[in-house]
Amino acid sequence: MSQLQASFQVDRGDFQLDVDFILPGKGITALFGPSGSGKTSCLRAIAGLERLPNSFFQIGDKVWQDESKGIFIPANQREIGYVFQEASLFPHLNVQQNLEFGLNRLAKEKRKIEPDSVIVLLGIGPLLSRPPAALSGGERQRVAIARALLRSPQLLLMDEPLSALDQRLKREILPYLEGLHRELSIPVIYVSHAADEVVRLADHIVMLDQGKHICSGAISEIMVDPRFAELFADGASTLFEGRVTAQHEDLMTEVTANELTLRLTPRPLPLESPIRCRLYASDVSLCTQKPSHSSILNIFQGQVLRIDAGQQKGESLVTLELAKGQKLLAQISNYSLNRLQLKLGTPIWAQVKSVAVL
Amino acid sequence: MSETSLTVVWVTLKLASVVTIILFLVATPLAWWLSQTQSRYKPVISALFAVPLVLPPTVMGFYLLLLLGPNGPIGQLSDILGLGILPFSFTGIAIACAVHSFPFVIQPLQNAFESIGKRPLEVAATLGASPLDCFWNVVIPLARPGFITAMVMGFCHAIGEFGVVLMIGGNIPGKTRVLSVQIYNHVEAMEYAQAHWLAGSMVIFSFLALLIVYLVNQKAAKRSMA
Repeated sequence: MSQLQASFQVDRGDFQLDVDFILPGKGITALFGPSGSGKTSCLRAIAGLERLPNSFFQIGDKVWQDESKGIFIPANQREIGYVFQEASLFPHLNVQQNLEFGLNRLAKEKRKIEPDSVIVLLGIGPLLSRPPAALSGGERQRVAIARALLRSPQLLLMDEPLSALDQRLKREILPYLEGLHRELSIPVIYVSHAADEVVRLADHIVMLDQGKHICSGAISEIMVDPRFAELFADGASTLFEGRVTAQHEDLMTEVTANELTLRLTPRPLPLESPIRCRLYASDVSLCTQKPSHSSILNIFQGQVLRIDAGQQKGESLVTLELAKGQKLLAQISNYSLNRLQLKLGTPIWAQVKSVAVL
Repeated sequence: MSETSLTVVWVTLKLASVVTIILFLVATPLAWWLSQTQSRYKPVISALFAVPLVLPPTVMGFYLLLLLGPNGPIGQLSDILGLGILPFSFTGIAIACAVHSFPFVIQPLQNAFESIGKRPLEVAATLGASPLDCFWNVVIPLARPGFITAMVMGFCHAIGEFGVVLMIGGNIPGKTRVLSVQIYNHVEAMEYAQAHWLAGSMVIFSFLALLIVYLVNQKAAKRSMA
């Protein structure tokens, strides 16, 4: 898949948007930022639901909007799937008819996604004959996602699809979204203000604030960039993406990411299954000598790459470089920083107290 | 029921049906436009469309008579088109009646369209439906209670039409004599028994029609957008 190029501008007095970004044409890209940052406006502009002046959007070699040439493809002619914040199923149609609404309006030769596989993937087989009013919130949202997927879209757009759901329903839907990511090769743009969802799902991130583009890049890189690390609401952290490589009975699970081995408390996962772990900077402590006789399972060798002021007074955010260029953030007190006499290039041992599996 | 009464009922039902059909064809696109427009003339147009609601039927009838009459612009147009003179004809009272009943049809339609909101239209667009496709397959089904209300209100209002019909030339048996005028004739002639028959039927009919409207709306309220 080729990349997406977007440039959106609008000035409505109380709201200004002026962004310019390029997105990879694969994986999940999160449009991330606080409410009012313009992320939903961007998504609606990509879908063609809103026509912003002086704007441009191109997917691969197809130009969907180029106001300098007066080009604007209306939403119904764009090959997109759109999942709204509320499921927005048609109340006059049952689940099956809702699914068919989009499918029937798609030329036969463009139907690349097998309806049955989507129905299985989202677990909505038993719901097909029900009216939307007889579904739970989570079920409705799953049907809405399936309905969008059956359009065999070139691009799947999701506008905070989980924000209207409570924690329990979020946990119910997240695995389906991950499954979608694994099974289908449709690029997804995912709007969210929830750091946990973004960290769990996204491969790539575009950060917006007050209608401006702050940064974009691979999520694993943006997260360890000290300039942006604190923007992930619940604290700076490092993302490890790896595979389960060993299961030691009921004692521990081993994950290998970037040739580093992480040891976790036992997880019931088959070998080779992909896994994403989050290591909070506040859970990482540093030693200038190799710690021995430690209860801590995960100890990595590396060196200090940079040192920044932490978000709290008296704290520092230390970026380490481990093997293979893998970075790790550690949050330590300035007192410790001075006592250990850390400088750029100092060889260091990092102890990771806990690992959150996403 | 006597043969005269049957003729009157037939003319009345024919009038109400024709008026309802005309109003649907005219009011549906206008109601849709009003529900979607952000034009600053919207209040002006809405007010204009609501005028028949408050104007005395005699005033409406008077001006319609002038407009439709042989010297009025519409009258001259109908003359050129070979439709003949409109006052004192069925076509004439149908047009007058349609104008008078117009707000009763456009308002429920506009309310129904507005209550659908933007979201279903956007969903339909992202699912590949063109605006017309969306109107037929999303807007009309979702606005169904509004259509039923509009139909019943328009039909019943046309059936009860009195003042405007009389002004435009009602009271020609078999042509423009409708129920309410006939009831008036009976009362004038002290034929209370006949008046009772017709008036009583109207009461029952009106009640049943409104019952349909309320039942439909109650059912629709249970099935809100999910």
